[in-house]
Amino acid sequence: MNVAAAHPGFLSPTGVEIVFVLVGVATLAAAVVSVTTKQLVHAALWLVVALGGVAVEYLLLTAEFIAWVQVLIYVGSVVVLVLFGLMLTKAPIGRSPDADSGNRIAALAVAVAAAGTLVWVVVDAFRSTWIDVDGAPQGSTKVTGEILFRHWVLPFEALSVLLLAALVGAIVLSRKQSRQQPGER
Amino acid sequence: MHLAYPAVLAALLFSVGLYGVLARRNAILVLMSVELMLNAVNLNLVAFDVWLRDTLHAGQALTLFVIVVAAAEIGIGLAIVLLVYRNRGSSDVDRLTDLAEHGPHDPHDPQGEGDGPSAPEEKAEAAA
Repeated sequence: MNVAAAHPGFLSPTGVEIVFVLVGVATLAAAVVSVTTKQLVHAALWLVVALGGVAVEYLLLTAEFIAWVQVLIYVGSVVVLVLFGLMLTKAPIGRSPDADSGNRIAALAVAVAAAGTLVWVVVDAFRSTWIDVDGAPQGSTKVTGEILFRHWVLPFEALSVLLLAALVGAIVLSRKQSRQQPGER
Repeated sequence: MHLAYPAVLAALLFSVGLYGVLARRNAILVLMSVELMLNAVNLNLVAFDVWLRDTLHAGQALTLFVIVVAAAEIGIGLAIVLLVYRNRGSSDVDRLTDLAEHGPHDPHDPQGEGDGPSAPEEKAEAAA
């Protein structure tokens, strides 16, 4: 058995790695469809698939709590919010030919260049690095709760204030200003 | 698990989000692409946290914080997009060029003659 086929190696993937790659391909395909489809509502629905795939990847990386937070916050509320936004701005149901702006080619060039550079650097830097996912789970709810409320309490509370400010800001922004401009909605 | 798998997936997701931010015209789709980019960063944070076995689990804590900030961002962002749509009848990011300097040969001039008559129409359409 040569080095490449020895246990931690590319030629002898474990079951977790195979599942990770398969879910990763599905996630990436859903993300690509989400940014290229001409139907705006379908883009939001494909985003659900992509974000759900990322949640499954978190589970495979043993970060269980983050996975459920991902499902709750992203799939549960952010996508619903995006769908509300699409409906409220009267997005066309069906194909809209002007979903992409005129600089598609430049965007594609930038994205391909970024992908090539990042993948090259990452593979070059971490080609002989393995994650040990067989030990104790790194992100179970118990572990996450302990670190969050023992070491990260102050940022946590600051974030709750930030969320409150964002909530008030969104309400103030989207309130109809009927007193200032009587004719306008 | 090989660390390159999550790292490469995160890099590719980030690039897909980058393409979406640059190529999409509707502001809400741009916000969706930003969410994809933030998710790529979160995947990297979780993968490196699990790899390093950090006792403080700073990566996972930061992932939770990024998720919260992203939720706040999409709330405020959608409110702003709604306000823009309500005021201008369109949420296309490449039509919001009031602050741009237009050259004499710029084909995308919204203040020019070609686009002038259509703006009130769209506003009426939006109000209807």
